[in-house]
Amino acid sequence: MSSENGKRLLETDAGGLNFEATELTLGLPGEPRVTSDGGAKLGSKRGFSETVDLKLGDNNQEVKLGHSLQEAAKSPVSKTQVVGWPPVRGFARRGKKSCKYVKVAVDGAPYLRKVDLEIYNSYQQLLTSLEDMFSCFTIRNYLNEKKIDQVNGIEYMPTYEDKDGDWMLVGDVPWQLMKSSEAVGLGLKTAPKYSSTN
Amino acid sequence: MNYFPDEVLEHVFDFITSHKDRNSVSLVCKSWYKIERYSRQRVFIGNCYSISPERLIARFPGLKSLTLKGKPHFADFNLVPHDWGGFVYPWIEALAKSRIGLEELRLKRMVVSDESLELLSKSFVNFKSLVLVSCEGFTTDGLAAIAANCRFLRELDLQENEVDDHRGHWLSCFPESCTSLISLNFACLRGEVNLGALERLVSRSPNLKSLRLNRAVPLDTLQKLLMRAPQLVDLGIGSYVHDPFSEAYNKLKIAIQRCKSIRSLSGFLEVALHCMSAIYPICGNLTFLNLSYAPGLHGNKLMKLIQHCRKLQRLWILDCIGDKGLGVVALTCKELQELRVFPSDPFEAGNAAVTEEGLVLVSAGCPKLNSLLYFCQQMTNAALITVAKNCPNFIRFRLCILDPIKPDPVTNQPLDEGFGAIVQSCKGLKRLSLSGLLTDQVFLYIGMYAEQLEMLSIAFAADSDKGMLYVLNGCKKLRKLEIRDCPFGDAALLEDVGKYETMRSLWMSSCEVTLGGCKSVAEKMPSLNVEIIDESEQMEFNLDDKQKVDKMYLYRTLVGHRKDAPEYVWIL
Repeated sequence: MSSENGKRLLETDAGGLNFEATELTLGLPGEPRVTSDGGAKLGSKRGFSETVDLKLGDNNQEVKLGHSLQEAAKSPVSKTQVVGWPPVRGFARRGKKSCKYVKVAVDGAPYLRKVDLEIYNSYQQLLTSLEDMFSCFTIRNYLNEKKIDQVNGIEYMPTYEDKDGDWMLVGDVPWQLMKSSEAVGLGLKTAPKYSSTN
Repeated sequence: MNYFPDEVLEHVFDFITSHKDRNSVSLVCKSWYKIERYSRQRVFIGNCYSISPERLIARFPGLKSLTLKGKPHFADFNLVPHDWGGFVYPWIEALAKSRIGLEELRLKRMVVSDESLELLSKSFVNFKSLVLVSCEGFTTDGLAAIAANCRFLRELDLQENEVDDHRGHWLSCFPESCTSLISLNFACLRGEVNLGALERLVSRSPNLKSLRLNRAVPLDTLQKLLMRAPQLVDLGIGSYVHDPFSEAYNKLKIAIQRCKSIRSLSGFLEVALHCMSAIYPICGNLTFLNLSYAPGLHGNKLMKLIQHCRKLQRLWILDCIGDKGLGVVALTCKELQELRVFPSDPFEAGNAAVTEEGLVLVSAGCPKLNSLLYFCQQMTNAALITVAKNCPNFIRFRLCILDPIKPDPVTNQPLDEGFGAIVQSCKGLKRLSLSGLLTDQVFLYIGMYAEQLEMLSIAFAADSDKGMLYVLNGCKKLRKLEIRDCPFGDAALLEDVGKYETMRSLWMSSCEVTLGGCKSVAEKMPSLNVEIIDESEQMEFNLDDKQKVDKMYLYRTLVGHRKDAPEYVWIL
């Protein structure tokens, strides 16, 4: 997660479309993307990042794969689309149909995270989860229990950006309402000096 | 055979219900053919283009129940254009004009228009049962016609259809006099329903055994419905979200406890994890649990639910259950026969997926397992060999590794040996779907050992024509073969064209077969329709025989070329 790696990725961007940089992966941004075999990436990610933009019934886009999948893997620029794979009916009706991903940014952290608000049932669950994610910081519980960051003594307040673009303190609006309509992005802002510590 | 009068033979034939057996009976002699055809009430047509409605009506004047299938299986995965065919209207029109007293119609992968539903509803006085699976082309207006006009309707079962929901009051169209409903399934509808009408309908349906609700039916309505129908055997819950401290939830708990007959549970299209304990009282009797539309149900709550289901025979679940969760299934569900694990996030492999470990656990813990559909991150040969040893009774084995050409991650080898073990061990295997890195070798095994195989699905596999040849030569009972993205060409296709007459159909897309090869099949076998599906307009301008064909679908038929094909389908 060093900024060095991050820079390296950006540099390879120059001069052309580099889909690798925008590919979805599980690792944190900046992590090197090598697979166990080191070579042509035939790992599971390859197949999907290409099908994110699945064109239903658009057969003109269909490209013969199989052996050509090997070639495609070697040249990351030619993103092939696999119509009809995986063979699951219901065009992802089964999947997380109602999922509300929001970006979470923490003051001072080098990277953002994404959380799906749909999987939480209460503010408490969300805050606990955020604490796990950003374990190097501590987050003030919205019910006003003060938590102090052990390392640098700075307290963080959970905030979110609502649909008007204003930064709001988490907790004022009932959970369901915030989840469904208000939250655009979550942030953890450093508390103003006068309310920290104690 | 001549000793018995016809009536006696007819009575004997009444006991013969399977289609295959009745078909065999009709081939014995002319007299048996005649008796059988007059007494036949149920007919199954696996490919609606293999025969015409007129010939059906002529042969079976006593027809009461008709099952029709339209599009090829790969249509489920968007490989077949929407208007390819499979229209039911001509069938209903022909039946309506005849004197057939149709009572039941079951359709799969067909195009069903509102006009056809309306005609159906008005043409058959005793019509009782409509089952639509994976169909499209109709709206809730068509359903309104069925509701309004079928006075003795017992069953309206809509499974996974694409319905244009006009949010009309189709449920209100059931007249007050309609009290005959036994089964009502509208889970696939996306729109609002008239909740009051639904409650009244359920109240006046004392024979209602199966009720599957859609997402728009909230928990407090569910509670009212259950109070009115404690005799339910099969329940599909729509929305299951509520405050666990509310009055409605308490009432629901009481209502559920009265439903002592529920054996099958599905739905949970929207779910709140903290309300699951209300369901526990009925879990102990469940034989079928379908949570494949409930991505909100996962983790410990899901585990706890499953731990209550000791009598489960069929489980449909999402892969967010994880290998650990499958371990719980293995420990709890000793009666399990069928397991389906669907991908919750097909296009983004994540932590919420299963691997070979989960499958091995289930195979070890559930000795009665005979039917599998498993979407997973990875698979190993060792695991498949173990599964084959643990469960020699597989009838259906469908494995889908999300990366279609992924090898065994431990050995980096193809999965030939693993699948080979499955076909060698499971002597009763009728249906097989393969995935992962596979060479010609796996097809050699399939040809050698899969003697009962009827349906085979292949994708991104094999090295050469030999693969396809092994299968065509070896699998004597093969009925349906569907292939995509494999290097099979004309040599394989043309080796034994007579074989295709013994099968229902063959699908090949993104393979190496050429236009010339397909033409050759069509020439040699007039009893087959050989269809080329190509939407790219290439076919119009470039009729070079050496050109590779995008999609080919061939099937045996008694009635020649169909007349309803769209312009991008060429029937050779």
